[in-house]
Amino acid sequence: MTSTAILETRNIVKQYAQHRALDGVSLTVPRGCIFGLLGPNGAGKTSLIRIINQITAPDEGEVFLGGDPLRPEHIGRIGYLPEERGLYKKMKVGEQLLYLAQLKGLSEKQAMDKLKIWFTKFDIKPWWNKAVEDLSKGMQQKIQFVATVLHEPDLIILDEPFSGFDPINANLIKDEILELRRNGSTIIFSTHRMESVEELCDYIALINRSHKILDGPKKAIKEQFKTHTYRAEFQGELTDLPPVFTVVDSQPLDEGFTRVDIRIPPDASVNDLIRNLLDRVAIRSFGENIPSMNDIFIKAVNGQ
Amino acid sequence: MKTIFLIMRREYLVRVKKKSFIVMTLLTPILMSALWLLPAYLATRKTDLKRVQVVDDTKRFASVFQSTEELKFESSNQTIDEAKRKFAKSGYDVLTHVPANIIDDPKGLKIYAEKNVSLGVVRDIENVVENEIENQKLISAGIDRKVLENTKVNVSARTYNLSEEGEKDSSSGAATILGYVLAGLIYFTIFLYGAQVMRGVLEEKTNRIVEVIISSVKPFQLMAGKILGVALVGLTQFMLWILLTIGLSTGLSAVIGSDALKERVEQSAVRSASPGAATPPGMSVKGEQAKAKAANDANMMAKVQSALSTVNWPLLLTCFFIYFVGGYLLYSALFAAVGAAVDNETDSQQFMFPITIPLILGFIIAQTVVLNPDGAVAFWFSMIPLTSPIVMLVRIPFGVPIWEIALSVALLIGGFIGIAWVAARIYRVGILMYGKKPTYAELAKWVFYKA
Repeated sequence: MTSTAILETRNIVKQYAQHRALDGVSLTVPRGCIFGLLGPNGAGKTSLIRIINQITAPDEGEVFLGGDPLRPEHIGRIGYLPEERGLYKKMKVGEQLLYLAQLKGLSEKQAMDKLKIWFTKFDIKPWWNKAVEDLSKGMQQKIQFVATVLHEPDLIILDEPFSGFDPINANLIKDEILELRRNGSTIIFSTHRMESVEELCDYIALINRSHKILDGPKKAIKEQFKTHTYRAEFQGELTDLPPVFTVVDSQPLDEGFTRVDIRIPPDASVNDLIRNLLDRVAIRSFGENIPSMNDIFIKAVNGQ
Repeated sequence: MKTIFLIMRREYLVRVKKKSFIVMTLLTPILMSALWLLPAYLATRKTDLKRVQVVDDTKRFASVFQSTEELKFESSNQTIDEAKRKFAKSGYDVLTHVPANIIDDPKGLKIYAEKNVSLGVVRDIENVVENEIENQKLISAGIDRKVLENTKVNVSARTYNLSEEGEKDSSSGAATILGYVLAGLIYFTIFLYGAQVMRGVLEEKTNRIVEVIISSVKPFQLMAGKILGVALVGLTQFMLWILLTIGLSTGLSAVIGSDALKERVEQSAVRSASPGAATPPGMSVKGEQAKAKAANDANMMAKVQSALSTVNWPLLLTCFFIYFVGGYLLYSALFAAVGAAVDNETDSQQFMFPITIPLILGFIIAQTVVLNPDGAVAFWFSMIPLTSPIVMLVRIPFGVPIWEIALSVALLIGGFIGIAWVAARIYRVGILMYGKKPTYAELAKWVFYKA
């Protein structure tokens, strides 16, 4: 397991004065994936991320990076984009990025070479000598993203990376995230936007009230939360359906169409359902109701 | 170490490149040199000769008014009404009227002019009349002026340091001033640069950059780098101030004309030391007194100079450097902790208060320490690290045993390590805390949080 896991946390406990922020949280983040770290506000995500970044230390438990217990030198292998982020306002963009990269352990020359590539890629060369405060918020976010990934970390932790981006720039960043994964980085992605989880994540962990309540590959979790309901739209009257099929919901649509949600037992055949429908109505569409991440999130958190 | 250096360099460069830094650094020496060169320069300019018409009803004073470089007295036989009427066309600048009953009514002296008369001119004329009235009164009372002069004595004690090397001339006056100046300098710089550290921490916190940074470096490194960077800014500024002031002053005096200027500076020093010295001659007792006083002042200056030369400068300057750096480091660690604990400068006031108390206390105690530099108060407050940078420096010009200095410095270093440890622990928690202003109890808890 450790050979393929870039990051592993074991039984992390973090206690603040009266509040236990994390209570026995164990996670395994496989190498080369996009890992969605989800949870309601105040669940303990930020505490966990700060422990991984060695900003704070856990009261109990251990963290392993690439199989080794976390050490101060690992800082250079992690890139972190906090939710609360900012830059030195008066400092020039280029100087600032050079500085941040050097803090991560790059030499000035290395940092310069890599920055040139990014400035070309994002087409932001004219910004080099501008003070950060003269840039728009979206521009600043771009700079911040570059600062996070410039030292080519193995593990990139992005907390709400899309906040403050317009759809065009959000797409740009999304493409970058995907490319980073292609190049072998692992991305831990913490967000409340379920549509981007849906789109990007391979693995998911859900933290609620200091506990991990759910984790695994996104597909498996979806499978786990499957309700075995199917949605059909048709014209005609649906009557005398065999009792194994339960109509959960039925809604009339325009032009005599009806939409129904039908649940079948886990061992029943979908083909059977379709055959039964074909006999009775004129089908316009048919498909399985796959739970959205949104549904899963709400269900898992409320189900606790 | 490399990280601390990187942070230090950034903190240093950012501040040194600021316009306000450059302006402050350039402006201060200009002001400083102007402060002592300008009066001297003005003094070198020839003042216009003023013609004074004297209408003397007593006929006794005309001869005592003697012309000087600045005032040309001419007595007139006109009546005062006549003189007043013709004054505008007479070409005189000032008209003085000594009434007949001046001896009984000294307030009767009148001075007329078209524009306002300068205080100096008024004083000069008053002095002449005053002296003459005094003279007249002495004569009518039958007192010989010489007898009176002989009764004037001037007591001036000289103080000596009795040490193993024997007797040494000392001047507690000079030591007092020197101690004050150095202590004041430390007091001022701790506030100036300590506040800069605090503002720097607050800036990182309010800009929300701090979490980005401490995912790369340890909070302690960030704090240390900032404190050291600002310290270097302070040292740079001081060096530039000293160099530029010296450079400017010498440069300017060369331009203005050195010899004349030097003479004038000395003259004006004497003049300002004793206003009477500049009055025109021809006055008796007062004049002699003034001359004696001027001589005394000059003597005093020489004494101060000789006292300053007895000060152990290498020791004093070394101590100044040590206490400046030590005091700054200690207080700036506290300032950094305050900056970390709050979200904005307004909230910082509450926590600034307990930090400024010992500083101000040290400065107040310094005033009693000058009176009794070897007393118990002086000793203990020059040992406590929070007050020692100020109090000890006040004591050193008076002479302090080496073991006391050594102990005090050791305590300062120890105190710095202890306070920096506490400050770093508050800092490390505080920089990630937003929202509510913490209480002192909470701050105390932060210190014991696990890292």
